[in-house]
Amino acid sequence: MKQTFAVAIGGAAGQGVATPGDIFAKIFSRRGLSLNAYNAYQSIIRGGHTLLTIRTGPEPVTNMGDRIDLLIPLNQDTMDRHLKLLRSGAACIFNADTIKPGEAADGVQLCPLPVSELADITRNKVAQNTLAMGAGLHMMGVGFAPLEEALREQFRKKGEAVVAENVGVARAGYDYAAAHFTSFPNPLPKTEKRYAVLSGNIAMAMGGAAAGVKFYCAYPMSPSTGVLHWMAAHARKAGIMVRQVEDEIGVINMAIGAAHAGVRSMCATSGGGFALMSEGLGMSAMIETPVVVINCQRAGPSTGVPTKTEQGDLWQMLGAAFGDYPRAIVAPLDIADCFKVIPEMFNLVDRFQCPGLVLCDLLLSEGRLGVDPKDMDFSPAINRGELILPLDGKEANGNGASAGVATNGGYKRYKFTESGISPRAVPGVPGHTHTVATDEHMEDGVLISDEFTNPIKRRAMMEKRMRKVTGIEAAVPLPTLWEPREADVTLIGWGSTKGVIEEACDILNEEGISANQLQIRWLVPLHGEAILELLKNARHTIIVENNYSGQFARYLRSETSFVPDGNIRKYDGEPFMPHHIVEAVKEQLAGKTHLSVPMHEIMV
Amino acid sequence: MATGVQRATQLTVADLKGKVDPDWCPGCGDFGVLAAIQKALVELQIPNHNVVAISGIGCSSNLPGFINTYGMHTLHGRALAVATGLKLANHELTVLVTGGDGDGFGIGGNHFVHTMRRNVDLLYIVMDNQIYGLTTGQTSPTSRIGMKTKSMPFGNIEAPVNPISLALAAGATFVARGFSGDQKHLTELIKQGIEHKGFSFLDVFSPCVTYNHDNTYQWYRPRVKKLEDDSAYDASDWPMAMEKSLLWGEEIPIGRFFERTDVPSLHAAEPVLNEGPLVRLDPRVPADAARGFIEELM
Repeated sequence: MKQTFAVAIGGAAGQGVATPGDIFAKIFSRRGLSLNAYNAYQSIIRGGHTLLTIRTGPEPVTNMGDRIDLLIPLNQDTMDRHLKLLRSGAACIFNADTIKPGEAADGVQLCPLPVSELADITRNKVAQNTLAMGAGLHMMGVGFAPLEEALREQFRKKGEAVVAENVGVARAGYDYAAAHFTSFPNPLPKTEKRYAVLSGNIAMAMGGAAAGVKFYCAYPMSPSTGVLHWMAAHARKAGIMVRQVEDEIGVINMAIGAAHAGVRSMCATSGGGFALMSEGLGMSAMIETPVVVINCQRAGPSTGVPTKTEQGDLWQMLGAAFGDYPRAIVAPLDIADCFKVIPEMFNLVDRFQCPGLVLCDLLLSEGRLGVDPKDMDFSPAINRGELILPLDGKEANGNGASAGVATNGGYKRYKFTESGISPRAVPGVPGHTHTVATDEHMEDGVLISDEFTNPIKRRAMMEKRMRKVTGIEAAVPLPTLWEPREADVTLIGWGSTKGVIEEACDILNEEGISANQLQIRWLVPLHGEAILELLKNARHTIIVENNYSGQFARYLRSETSFVPDGNIRKYDGEPFMPHHIVEAVKEQLAGKTHLSVPMHEIMV
Repeated sequence: MATGVQRATQLTVADLKGKVDPDWCPGCGDFGVLAAIQKALVELQIPNHNVVAISGIGCSSNLPGFINTYGMHTLHGRALAVATGLKLANHELTVLVTGGDGDGFGIGGNHFVHTMRRNVDLLYIVMDNQIYGLTTGQTSPTSRIGMKTKSMPFGNIEAPVNPISLALAAGATFVARGFSGDQKHLTELIKQGIEHKGFSFLDVFSPCVTYNHDNTYQWYRPRVKKLEDDSAYDASDWPMAMEKSLLWGEEIPIGRFFERTDVPSLHAAEPVLNEGPLVRLDPRVPADAARGFIEELM
């Protein structure tokens, strides 16, 4: 078992859960520890219940895990909901003035803080939070200096008096714990590694900047809004035009307009906004102007549960916009991958002049992960494909595109080629004037839709566009089956479930059930033949996904006729925890069921 | 709008002839609008590779196919959104958005309002025939009360939108109305609209000879009165423009209702474009900026 430590902070929205969370994350990552943070919250600005879980350890931590080691309830509600989750060895630090503990399991240490004795609560409204941080860090065996440093950074803008006040309160909590509470047996380790802590949304935004995105626009929608926030805050330094648009229909059309002028253009939304964008995707495909759209899935249908995660939009993505057209769909596997996938997708869609869809979800978008800065490459290869830009040759331009040269009027935007890819000149290039149309058209762009429809020409143009699919398939890496090669059970997942399935496999292997994993990243193209080859000797296959109907299972079956031995699904809005998968695998291997729907024990 | 660089050889109307001839019904008002656009571009001598004509869907939205500039024939109602993105990515281009009243005021109404308040530097020409033509004759947002169409056979009971008042209220910085039956006047308005640095709205009465038997050339001709002929009219006076925009009936004003030049256009207000059009920039983030982005997360 990996050595990890999880701290959970809970309270009402507005009680200040975020700040201690940020400070813990900073202290852990600066000790060279990996971390994963997941915030269970609701669509409310004040009130409700929020539970932030930060799990850390010296080896990569990929998910929230199964165990809370330290619970910090900021109100009675949090105590009532979660104290019962604590197991022997765990501790709970709480404000003894306002919160009554309930029945705790044997071996759980209750740590009441006499808050009004330790701090002036009339002056400091969040004194209980700061005291608890100090106490908690002492119990974890972390010195006071890192906390003092983090508090200084946190409150620097508010002036030295506020800094001193908070450092003093934290110190009181730290010292009180030293005198009254038993520390955890293993102090938090330290390593020489260094991590940046970021959300999937920030990772995708930064990945966009690295990919050379020059235009980003969006309409705010949870859980995608973090991409907009990073882009807006860093627009000027990164040289990116960032616009907030009136609706998602405007977003996709504006993004395509910018792309059509020759820049890399991106937008992000969630399922509802994506639904509004679908007609625009068809335009991107028809006029062959590439655009990248991110869908951060949340629990649907309709408004659904805006602050909860799900993998429920796969079929919407597969079927978005009417008609057949080439598209690419990728589901990033973790937060570091959220960064990497964006330049990859841009190179693909620039080469093949079609829409590219990134299927993320709330778990990655709003979760946080410690990422090795080396995994954030701001100089990835940029391949803009057969693009002709209005450059006069003087620009120091890393576009990898050619400058326009005059033709004798013979330019055909949709020239028939073997690959289906036609050189793309953008407005402003002399000698290449043409009109692109969402109507069906001929090689020169002239419509064949209205006055003279023509089945032979229509067929030829349809086949030209669809020939690009072959190239896209060849350009995308094949899926791989992770070790061990031979296993009692093969777990198949896609996108964000990578980390939790990986940990479930580790646990199963330790418990004597050999397990391996096939995690699908590229959904379109799927490489069905390769998947069948990987699975042909599998003894028992189970598809794990975060939705009701088994959207990926149905998709895999439709593409390959493959039917797994069982399914594990979850659609309560919360992500899988490793034990959900482990227990489900055991009951399925015992022949009890073919479909497991684990119960989420944490009430959030 | 930016008028681009003069080129050595003279641009002629023949240079602007599209690959195919218009497929509009004989007598359609849109012929006059196309001709006026071509004349205006020739008079302004804007190289055709620096012009982009962008439309939505509808009879009039076929226009980009009939003119030899760059063109985009986009989705129903979405031309202004597409045009905004394109202009922001390369603000050296002269952007003309062309379409109909259903496209612009019906399905595209939301983008119409927001593009005006943003003051995007483009000329938006609506060929307003008060009817849906390509779908064979239904009521449009500018159809008058009482007008009988296939979708309202007993007469329209919904009040029409007033595009001029709406544009003035939404903050358009250039608002004008033309008549397809008056080429010379229309060409002049198009030139003014192109040269205006900001959002220019030009609503053009462009009669549908097939489906609208109420608002014909004959109906318009005696009614339209040029604002330019009224020496007391001041196009910098917004309340005066708003009052004039409400006139309808025996006298219908055409011409430049309003213009202000003190509001920066969207691209001029955005410092990210200080280095030049985005399409010309190196897409790479400078190394020190990239380092800074990562360091703030540590």
